[in-house]
Amino acid sequence: MFKRNRDTDDVAGKAVKWVLLFCALLSVATTMGIVITLLVQAWGFFFEVNPWEFITGTRWSPILKPTSFGVLPLVGGTLLVSLIAAALALPVGLGAAIFLSEYAHDRVRRVVKPVLEVLAGVPTVVYGYFALTFVTPQIQKAMPDLLVFNALSAGLVMGIMIIPMVSSLSEDAMVAVPRSLRNGAYALGATRFEVSLKVVVPAALSGIVASFILAISRAIGETMLVTIAAGATPNLTINPVESIQTMTAYIVQLSLGEAAHGSIEFNTIFAVGLLLFVITLGMNLLGHWAVRRWRQKYE
Amino acid sequence: MIANNAPNNPPNSGPGAAPGNTGRGGEFDPRLRFRQRMGAVIFFVLLAAVMVGIVGLGILLVQVVIQGAPWLSWHFVSDFPSRHPEQAGLRSALFGTIWIMGLTALIAVPIGVGAAVYLEEYASKNKLTSIIEINISNLAGVPSIVYGLLGLALFVQWMAMGRSLLAGAMTMTLLVLPIVILASREAIRAVPDSYRQAAYAMGSTQWQVERLVVLPAALPGILTGVILALSRAVGEAAPMIAISALVFLTFSPTDPLDRFTVMPIQIFNWVSRPQDDFRGLAAAGIIVLLLILLSMNSVAIYVRNRYQTRSEE
Repeated sequence: MFKRNRDTDDVAGKAVKWVLLFCALLSVATTMGIVITLLVQAWGFFFEVNPWEFITGTRWSPILKPTSFGVLPLVGGTLLVSLIAAALALPVGLGAAIFLSEYAHDRVRRVVKPVLEVLAGVPTVVYGYFALTFVTPQIQKAMPDLLVFNALSAGLVMGIMIIPMVSSLSEDAMVAVPRSLRNGAYALGATRFEVSLKVVVPAALSGIVASFILAISRAIGETMLVTIAAGATPNLTINPVESIQTMTAYIVQLSLGEAAHGSIEFNTIFAVGLLLFVITLGMNLLGHWAVRRWRQKYE
Repeated sequence: MIANNAPNNPPNSGPGAAPGNTGRGGEFDPRLRFRQRMGAVIFFVLLAAVMVGIVGLGILLVQVVIQGAPWLSWHFVSDFPSRHPEQAGLRSALFGTIWIMGLTALIAVPIGVGAAVYLEEYASKNKLTSIIEINISNLAGVPSIVYGLLGLALFVQWMAMGRSLLAGAMTMTLLVLPIVILASREAIRAVPDSYRQAAYAMGSTQWQVERLVVLPAALPGILTGVILALSRAVGEAAPMIAISALVFLTFSPTDPLDRFTVMPIQIFNWVSRPQDDFRGLAAAGIIVLLLILLSMNSVAIYVRNRYQTRSEE
């Protein structure tokens, strides 16, 4: 027999809605958790070290005496590796995106795009292994003064790693460019590469810029690759053959060490983590803003 | 594809196309041959750009297989790590990875699917909803090591879970939650509205519609997303190092509060030793790790394809 209990259904339904809302709010709680834990833990550090000294100091020696807590060598190392990665990945990724969007047949595109995206799914320890045991020895054949741990090969391999971030997002932006713009250019007698470079790329520019920003942000936050291949020497240099240390690699190094919880050395990782979080968050907000702007334009 | 049907370049004919003819007075000079040559060069430049990634991936895989294959054997999977390379295995890391994967799925799936159902089916368009949405997309871009620091402070220290599997899995949950939510939302959005309307017409409450109609229909898509999220978790080393701080462990965890190591950490440990033998072990570990990821992704693709053919019926 059909029997219906509307009261319990309604009560259960309302309870369920609150439970589901709670699940969704957990993500907001996560962000707040990140901000609060980093701030609280870094507080202990900034209590003893002047934040200005931290931001502008050029010597990072948190354990060896005399200690010094200038974070610039770690920031410089991070930027050096990210710039090398960007120098490889931005032009190559953009080129691949133009090829896939404007030149490739559909069948080619359907095979090549997923293959490129596999690059983004490979665990980063694997890239570290590859940089250290293959790329560095190969470059050393041409440049004998390259150190075993160096910014160059870590940056190059990281560049390969972030190619799909640039190419996928840029391609999406280019595919969204209205066909009438292309047809107008063809009607004026433009060749295919002129249409691609002078019409499609400028029209998709904000999407392309967003892909650049998000890819660089990913490079800045990347950890295992640089821990394995770039070294552990905080070193404020622009020489890519030298060994450096990134912010992320420092956090890993100290996590594996013996520093006692609550000590000033231990709290350095939260101060460095806070800086890392602020930098990447700023870049991500910028990137998403650029994506939104481009969407508004063509939808 | 858009460009496939685009008109070809105009035929190279007419007086203006001759090389060296630089046009007299104000006459238009299309310089067609130059521009077409330029186009051909650019084509190969772009092709080369595509090949960089593919060739890089190819070399990486070949290199790993050449270095690692000699070290693969049954005892490599079934033995514990050891100071002697020929006896070393990744048993503790393999068990740790399986534990982390299972616990993460257990915690992340209900929360992630719950959040997705709320955002797709219950939420009204208001400030709170848009804050949650912007927040989720930003969380996806937070570096994984930052999640490690969060887990270290929140779960290991403040909640006093210690450097345990449970703390690791909770950290990993926060890391993969944005992926699970995004994938589940897409799957739920793909369920045709007619399903919901039919169920409402039969007198269902909203929760009955979600539970008995929407979720079953979205299940394959959700499953695909969950598998992809877990395969991200399997490859992550950085946050697990912050939680576990262990690289050498000679027992398998048996309890969520046990200490642990995972496969990427074990591989990291082997890579960072200078001896060639350990590098070989690292490559063998990478082969096992990539095989696990490959099989997970194959399952995800299989589920997705099955789902696609079903919805076309």
